[in-house]
Order: sequence, then structure tokens, then C-alpha cells
Amino acid sequence: MTSLTRRDALGLFACAALAGAARAAVPVPGDSVYQLHLRLVDQDGHPFDWGSTRGAPVLASMFYTSCEMVCPLIFESIRRTVDAFDKPVRDKVRVVMVSFDPQRDTVPVLKETAARHHCDARWSLVRGTEADARRIAALLGIQYRRLASGEFNHSSVISLLDAEGRIVRRTTLVGDVDPALVAAAKSV
Amino acid sequence: MRRVRTGALAIALAGAGVIAPAADYAHLPGGEFTSVLPQGATPGTTAVARVAPFELRATPVTRTEFRAFLALHPEWRRGRAPAVFADAAYLVDGPAADDGPDVADGRPVTEVSWFAAQAFCDSEGGRLPTWLEWEFAAAADETRADARGDPAWRQRILSWYAQPATAAPRDVGGPPDVHGVRDLHGLVWEWVDDFNALFVAGDSRNQGDPDTLRFCGAGAISMADRDNYAVLMRVALLSSLSAPDTLRTLGFRCVRPATGEPR
Repeated sequence: MTSLTRRDALGLFACAALAGAARAAVPVPGDSVYQLHLRLVDQDGHPFDWGSTRGAPVLASMFYTSCEMVCPLIFESIRRTVDAFDKPVRDKVRVVMVSFDPQRDTVPVLKETAARHHCDARWSLVRGTEADARRIAALLGIQYRRLASGEFNHSSVISLLDAEGRIVRRTTLVGDVDPALVAAAKSV
Repeated sequence: MRRVRTGALAIALAGAGVIAPAADYAHLPGGEFTSVLPQGATPGTTAVARVAPFELRATPVTRTEFRAFLALHPEWRRGRAPAVFADAAYLVDGPAADDGPDVADGRPVTEVSWFAAQAFCDSEGGRLPTWLEWEFAAAADETRADARGDPAWRQRILSWYAQPATAAPRDVGGPPDVHGVRDLHGLVWEWVDDFNALFVAGDSRNQGDPDTLRFCGAGAISMADRDNYAVLMRVALLSSLSAPDTLRTLGFRCVRPATGEPR
């Protein structure tokens, strides 16, 4: 076979569109974090709907930019974890980092943070309201609290979500690649 | 005792063809407050926190009130609420939206998750109290806004915790405190909005910074007032929960912003 005819191409396009529509029509599972509907904003200032990464495996965590101790390590850990994934997963994985400091983590700050940590197009650094952050933390099992100094105490958890938004693995290992997370990613 | 009624909300709901009894909210003046949780700039240090005035439901939300909510919000009925928002025991002992009509049940609703409690408060224009707001309210007794320094007050509250939780909770409506709020102690545990901000170090007697990798920034919090066991038990319980969890002894009440000067 040489090349696709125009009609073939149209047919393929229609199939792809139908597959997308079929996925959208299937209800989100009850144990999916995408049951929550939130409109956030990403580092480019674009709207980012919580759940819009449905269809791809996702690494999700939370951070705040002025954090000097662990947050840079979380970015580093996730970057190295992604690199450790098998190529098919590595190509389609998305990383969603939610700020729990929306007051200070404005869009320009998110943009700069993304650049500083060499985040490529797979990464979305997002902000919402403080109530949004509290809800996402509740879903991801992350604890955090603002201190009078403006710093935050927070637990460091990285969650691997499957294509439907179900948490398949969580790790609190920071500063290194968690092999269990890499293994779990083979089956998402 | 100052009391504010939800007149405007009731009118709005009545206009929408919905009959909702006005919930009773009490005005709390706020002010400077020393929490059992350290508020200082560095871990373990105490600083006085400022609590803005707010209005707090005078009693925990009752089963009758929650049933009315379920009738209007079927997505929160048992069996409909997704697992990520409510665990398997959610409302397992009711109320159900189709329980008998208007059978008044003044017991506090329990077996509700944090997400469900949030949705209820949202439906009446409120939210869950923050821990600081709850603790501020719970410091009061019948005559004082802050009775915490009184050993007799502490002992009275502790005696409730000493009772086994086998008996079903009684109806809401215990004696009012100085603000007109009832049942903050002695009936059920209550959700707070920032329940997942109350984590404490495994050994919070240790002022050293134990585990800076698991807990970013400043380590887990250490308790500022280690003698206030009654309140510390609340913190311990809440910090052990996940948002979809439900307990037979865990209910909630809502707050809303103060509407102006107390009447």
C-alpha cells in the first residue's frame, strides 16, 4: 500500500473523533478524582479543567513556589520518574502540579517556576482558589497548612492516576525515583 | 445571647418554591485567640491568631435537615454519591431522601463525609468552619467566651470523652453557651474545612524537626498547649481522617460570614 487516500484519511479522522466522543459519553468512574469539576488556570494563563487529562496517565502532586526545601525535590523526583517510564507511557504521561498558594503563585510565577524546573509540554502547573486547593488536597490525600510566616507545612505525596483518574499508586518517597511507581505505570 | 436568623436565605428559597426552615445561626465576635495549634512563624511557637467575626450554626445539622438537602440534591443520596466523595458507610443508617414525610428527627446527622458536609453548607450559602473558628467557638462556656483556663471546664468536657460511644446520640439542643451555640461538646465530633491541615508529628512532644522530607517547610506541627486534652483529641481525630471517611459519631455544622454588627 502506498499512501492513504483522502477518503481513508477522513474515515480515520471520523473514527478518532467517534472514539473521543465515546470516551466523553462514558461516565467518570465513582472512584475517580475527576468526579470533582473545577476550572483552574495553567502556567500559560489558559483555562485548565480538572479532569481534562482524562485519557492519559497522570502524575499529580501539589507545591508552592516559594518553598525552598522539598518542592524543588518533588519536581526533580517527578522528572526522573517520568524518564524512568517505558517509552509508550513516557510519551503520553501528563504531569499536573497544583499550587496551594494561589495568592503568590500567579500565572507569571507559575510560568517562571515551570521554566526553572525545565518542565516541558507534558507539565501543567495550575492554580485555582484556596477552596479548590483544599479539595484537590483532600482527593490526593495531601495535608497542608499555611503558617503565619507565609510558608506552608505540607506532606509530600506523588500520585499516579490511570486514564480514568483513579489513583493507582501513591508515593511519599521524595528525592529519588520510587521503583513501585515506575512498575505501576506499566499497567496504566 | 445574640441570635441571627437566616431571613434572607429563607425568603430566597421560598421564592424558588422550596420550603426550607431557616437555620439558626449565632453571631461570634471573633478576636484574638490562642489556638492549641501553634500559629507562630517557626514550628512549635505560639502566636496569637486573629479570628474574624462569623456566624455559626447554633446546633449541628440534624437528620431532618439533611434529609431535606437530599431531596433537593439527589446526587448526594446514599448509593449515588461517588466513592471518591463518600465511603461505603455513608448514610448507612439514614436519613434517606424518601424516608417518611416530615418525620422530625432532631438527632445530629452523622456518617457524612467531608465532601457531603461541604455540599450541604454550600447549599445554604455557608461553608464548613475552619479549625480556628471551631476552636474559638468551642472555648466558650455559659458565661465566658474563653473558659479554657478553668480546670473545672476541662474536666466537664473530658468526662464526655470518657463515656463509651455505644449509645445513639441524643437530639441537638443542649444548653446554649455565651454566644448561643449548643452542643459543641458532648454530642458528636464535627468536620472542619481544613481537617487536612491539622497533621501532627508522630511524636509531637519532640520540638526538633523530625522529618523534613515528608513534611515540607517546617516539619509537622507540634502542639502549643499540651494540657488541653479535650481539644487535642479533636485534632487527633480530625487529622486521622480522609475526606471520604464517615463515622457514626462524626457530624458537622456550617458557618457563614458575619452579616454586619450583631443585633
